[in-house]
Amino acid sequence: MENNTMKAAEKLLEVKDLKVSFYTPVGEVKAVDGISYDLKEHEVMGIVGESGSGKSVEAYSIIGLLQSPGKVIGGSIVFDGENVLEYDEEKMRQFRGNKVSMIFQNPMTCLNPVYTVGNQLMEALTCHNREIGRKEAWDRAVEMLKLVGINNAEKRMAQYPHEFSGGMRQRAMIAMALICSPKLLIADEPTTALDVTIQAQILELMKDIQKKTGMAIIFITHNLGVVAEICDRVSVMYAGQIVEQGSVQDIFYSPAHPYTRGLLRSMPRVDELEHERLIPIEGTPVDLLNPPAGCAFGPRCENCMKICLAHRPPLLDVGEDRHVSACWLHVKEMKEAQQE
Amino acid sequence: MAGYILKRILVAFLTLLLIMTITFFLMNAVPGSPFLTEKSTPEMIARANAKYGLDKPLIVQLFNYIKNYLRGDMGTSLKMQEGTAVTKIIFQEGKFALSFKLGVCAVIVAVLIGVPLGCLAAYNRGRWVDSVLRVVTTLGVAVPSFVLCAVLLIFLGVRLQWVPVFSGSLDTWKAYVAPVIGLSFYPMCYVAKLTRTSMLDAIHQDYIRTARAKGLKTRFIIFKHALRNSMIPVITYLGPMTAGIVTGGFVVEQTFQIPGLGKYFISSILNRDYPIIMATTVVLAALVIIMNLVVDIAYKLVDPRISLTKGDR
Repeated sequence: MENNTMKAAEKLLEVKDLKVSFYTPVGEVKAVDGISYDLKEHEVMGIVGESGSGKSVEAYSIIGLLQSPGKVIGGSIVFDGENVLEYDEEKMRQFRGNKVSMIFQNPMTCLNPVYTVGNQLMEALTCHNREIGRKEAWDRAVEMLKLVGINNAEKRMAQYPHEFSGGMRQRAMIAMALICSPKLLIADEPTTALDVTIQAQILELMKDIQKKTGMAIIFITHNLGVVAEICDRVSVMYAGQIVEQGSVQDIFYSPAHPYTRGLLRSMPRVDELEHERLIPIEGTPVDLLNPPAGCAFGPRCENCMKICLAHRPPLLDVGEDRHVSACWLHVKEMKEAQQE
Repeated sequence: MAGYILKRILVAFLTLLLIMTITFFLMNAVPGSPFLTEKSTPEMIARANAKYGLDKPLIVQLFNYIKNYLRGDMGTSLKMQEGTAVTKIIFQEGKFALSFKLGVCAVIVAVLIGVPLGCLAAYNRGRWVDSVLRVVTTLGVAVPSFVLCAVLLIFLGVRLQWVPVFSGSLDTWKAYVAPVIGLSFYPMCYVAKLTRTSMLDAIHQDYIRTARAKGLKTRFIIFKHALRNSMIPVITYLGPMTAGIVTGGFVVEQTFQIPGLGKYFISSILNRDYPIIMATTVVLAALVIIMNLVVDIAYKLVDPRISLTKGDR
């Protein structure tokens, strides 16, 4: 299967114990609190979690777009063998958009309203390749617009963003992100602001382009359906930590962490014959200013034990193919298995 | 576009008529007469009034004004340069040209320094550069121009002797220095403040994040992506300001003894030289109207989303 080719592939991105904090007047907010994962070339990784779980912050720190007062305070991000966090400003600039590019949530506001789409596409190319001539840049931009399925590309180049529909703008954003042929695309909820039919089109397009170009994608979303559609692997984030990570099959068919199980239970299913009641996850998201001492999910967890409230659970292998989960239940199960 | 401009010209014409009417009644509401001096007798005043048509009913006088203006005749001076045609005084004797030259220099200085200062402050928001600029621009907006002009005169002209004390008719470039600073300091500070505010708004927009994600240089992002989006308030201010400045700053012209239009305008009011009051007002109003048109066209150039006419989309 696909997985076999993936195992042979090189590690493209290696995030180790990344910590990002926001220093606000009321105290330190640990938006990302020690997460680690690998991404291989050509792999599509989904990052899911609720609002404020740190999924976007984590992605922004890869590409160096963290807004003040956010700061990376620990860990490393190794891309293609180089630690991105050690880059100086100029090196980071050359890295952004060239090796890693990003698309965002709201295509309506992400394009500059006063420049033509063509102009904005071309500058994404020329700012990394000074030798490229105008004609060549123009041709490449037209080619990219055609790739993302925009008809009349030549004419569209001279138009302004307000003459594009929402879906078309997101297509143009994708074209812009891909114009330098990056090895990794970070998509920060690229379909959230679009209506459902357009969502499906954009997802289809991204899948298609991923197959054609073979780039890796980090897909940030809170929509599990989208994850199932496009991703190879999934990281589930909660309160700035990865609580479970595994292949799409593992996450959907044998979820190990109570939070992941809760998420899946709260999602309606189309294939169910009878209408079943959706079961919500009780409680409220963590206050990151005062995170609990133990497992962040502990206070909301139906299986919560004493140890959960006192100590943070380690990430443990719970299955094959790098399926890991951080829950004291696994430790308990392992001990029981050993005793037997 | 041509239709639009034509419509604007028509509206401008009506506006000028309205302004003339209002000015006419206002200047006639001011007590006194151009011919009233210590020595003048009622008979002399009546004779002079009859000579210049000031004895006719106000409404007839107004119609005469309008009729003459339509023919391009702005009347003759009643008192200040008795008997000389007003058009000659304003346009041929270099009064307007003098104020215009000075004003254009001041506007250029205000924009070329004010806009980058605003960008600098916005880019360094909260740091010392921003704080220093905030103090300077607030001072610039708050200090009355006669204080600034007096300070310039004393330091640059008298103490350091870098520039002439009397700028006169601006024969050397040195003569420009002090009046241009005096005239441009307020608009420069105001432009800097406006630029800073709208720039701060612009650099937090999503498209700036996109530009950064593309790997553009910060300088490029500020001056290409953020600046153009933050120019609308500045342009709005620049229009009427330009009209005001090129017709002469009275205080600056008075302080540096420049025989420009601004100074002449004030004396004409003090002397109740009606045709000159009317002419200078009309010239100023026409300039404001032209600048407003220029501003509207500039909006369209800066932001393609703005449509000048209703149907134009």
